[in-house]
Amino acid sequence: MKRFITPLQIKKAIGMTFLSALVLSCSVDPEITPTVNLDNIQPVIPDGWPTPVYNFENNPLTPAGFDLGHALFYEPMLSVDNTVSCSSCHQQFAAFAQADHDFSHGINGLLGKRNAPALQNLNWNPYFMHDGGINNIEVQPTAPITNPVEMGETISNVVFKLSNSSKYRTLFKNAFGDETVNSQRMLKALAQFMGALYSYNSKYDQVRAGKASFTAAEQQGYTLFQQKCASCHVEPLFSDYQFRNNGLAVNTFINDSGRAHITQLPADLWKFKTPSLRNIEKSKPYMHDGRFTTLDQCLDHYVSGIVSSATLDPQLASGIALSSQDKTNIIAFLKTLTDTKFLTDVRYSENYK
Amino acid sequence: MRMKKQFLKTYLFIFACGLAVVVSCKKYHAPAPEPMPAAVTPGPDTTGSLDIVMSNVVNGVPLVLGTQKYTNANSDTFIVNTYKYYFTNIRLTTSGGYAWSPAESYYLVDQSNPSSLILHVSGIPRASYSSIEFMIGVDKNRNTSGAQTGALDPANGMFWSWNTGYIMAKLEGTSPQSGDNYKKLTFHLGGFSGAFSVLRSVQLPFPNAAQVTETHKPQVNMNCDVAEWFKTPNTISFGTVYGVTTSNTNAKNIADNYADMFTITSVVN
Repeated sequence: MKRFITPLQIKKAIGMTFLSALVLSCSVDPEITPTVNLDNIQPVIPDGWPTPVYNFENNPLTPAGFDLGHALFYEPMLSVDNTVSCSSCHQQFAAFAQADHDFSHGINGLLGKRNAPALQNLNWNPYFMHDGGINNIEVQPTAPITNPVEMGETISNVVFKLSNSSKYRTLFKNAFGDETVNSQRMLKALAQFMGALYSYNSKYDQVRAGKASFTAAEQQGYTLFQQKCASCHVEPLFSDYQFRNNGLAVNTFINDSGRAHITQLPADLWKFKTPSLRNIEKSKPYMHDGRFTTLDQCLDHYVSGIVSSATLDPQLASGIALSSQDKTNIIAFLKTLTDTKFLTDVRYSENYK
Repeated sequence: MRMKKQFLKTYLFIFACGLAVVVSCKKYHAPAPEPMPAAVTPGPDTTGSLDIVMSNVVNGVPLVLGTQKYTNANSDTFIVNTYKYYFTNIRLTTSGGYAWSPAESYYLVDQSNPSSLILHVSGIPRASYSSIEFMIGVDKNRNTSGAQTGALDPANGMFWSWNTGYIMAKLEGTSPQSGDNYKKLTFHLGGFSGAFSVLRSVQLPFPNAAQVTETHKPQVNMNCDVAEWFKTPNTISFGTVYGVTTSNTNAKNIADNYADMFTITSVVN
């Protein structure tokens, strides 16, 4: 097993650790203690989870690679005017979604047309983005970096800027053996950081491991969830990674065709990738365009808001019948997917190091 | 850097093994090499190299970017400002049926970059080769296996970030007949799988054998004719087809056209 950080870095992190411990001592999660393990970045994947799609086979996860990826994730130099970093729209406390923003803000205040998704357990994703257009975690960052309304940069200029930074030359040397900065190394380091964003310490996970139990409301919600939601939001990752039209009225100002944008197939119109529901309590607003701000609104949509169309998912043709109490219980269950350890893990935070 | 190291390793390995490996045929399953020209004395190292010298042309006339006017098969006139394509997966074969491929061969030919017009192929087992095969574009594997480098570096501007995959061939220019408001021509041809794939395999016989030894480096002179993009079997009218930037029927039709754009003009031993 490789150590997550060097002894020097541990010293730097000790302050943060105590701070976290102080804050988290009131947390309900019994796993959070002052002895947060900072020594090991390698995941301990829970029993019963499927095999990840991306397993670092050709990009070994190392402390130095993770460190470089971490620095790049928080680096505004990735944008053309050095104002926007990945973390601008992917905030740790929001499960690396962007709190309270329906659309992402890019350079010069430009607006995108989709909601920034949460980033967690990405190694199980067979493809990325709401429309699934990206087929490998390593090349995912090329999309926001080059998108004119996000970071508006070119890959070659990012490499140029990084190679002129002594900080980055050192980080690249630590990670890859010499100071050469190139896009492949940059992307592989980012993949190490993004791929190491594991969330598997929620109350749901504790219950699953037999270390905690649901309240009555949570249990009733879980039972309803399994009956009415889990065919698409498949446990334990809470997504089937399929593309589905869940009956949202098309926003005619944007006309986002969804999956069809990638496949050019009419049968894929208005379909979007099923999102994971992990940390859903913290990653509002919801849906591919962030149109809903509460979980109540989301459930109401499935109860009474489904708009019929040729590509509507057949499972939703009649909506989902839920009483007011059912909704309350389902929301109680959904809140057990909140993983406080993930949301506050100092290794992922901007202030780490 | 990594490629260089890999190459060095491969080279050293072959050098160390010397004649034994190739002659015993265990590594390559090669038949005995054909006799060399009298002037060539084989040395202890039995691999050599060859150069493919690419001439991009339009209707047989050398391509000049930015200024020269050309005419397509539909009689539309046009100017080319950018012309780039991937030339990959080389395979050389002898008349005896022996075939050799480099561990990897990915070249980005860019008309604006003269050094990219000479494709060095090295580590070739000594033999007399009678034909070459290659691919226009980047194979599916390299489109789906994450961050690449060298010719395949996404920084080269031949990569779709929003719908992962390489732009296999890119032609940008202008035409008075273009249906575009600004009279632009924008052909970014990509798509590595499915019905609209623009990958094309090419096989060309050498007019005379390319005789590769450790000291003897043949030069393969090749033409790539831009006019073929718009000619047969699908005549392209710039009035209706002037911008192709996604994987679709137009992209596929142009790929069907450019599949035969390469010709070998001579092999100089």
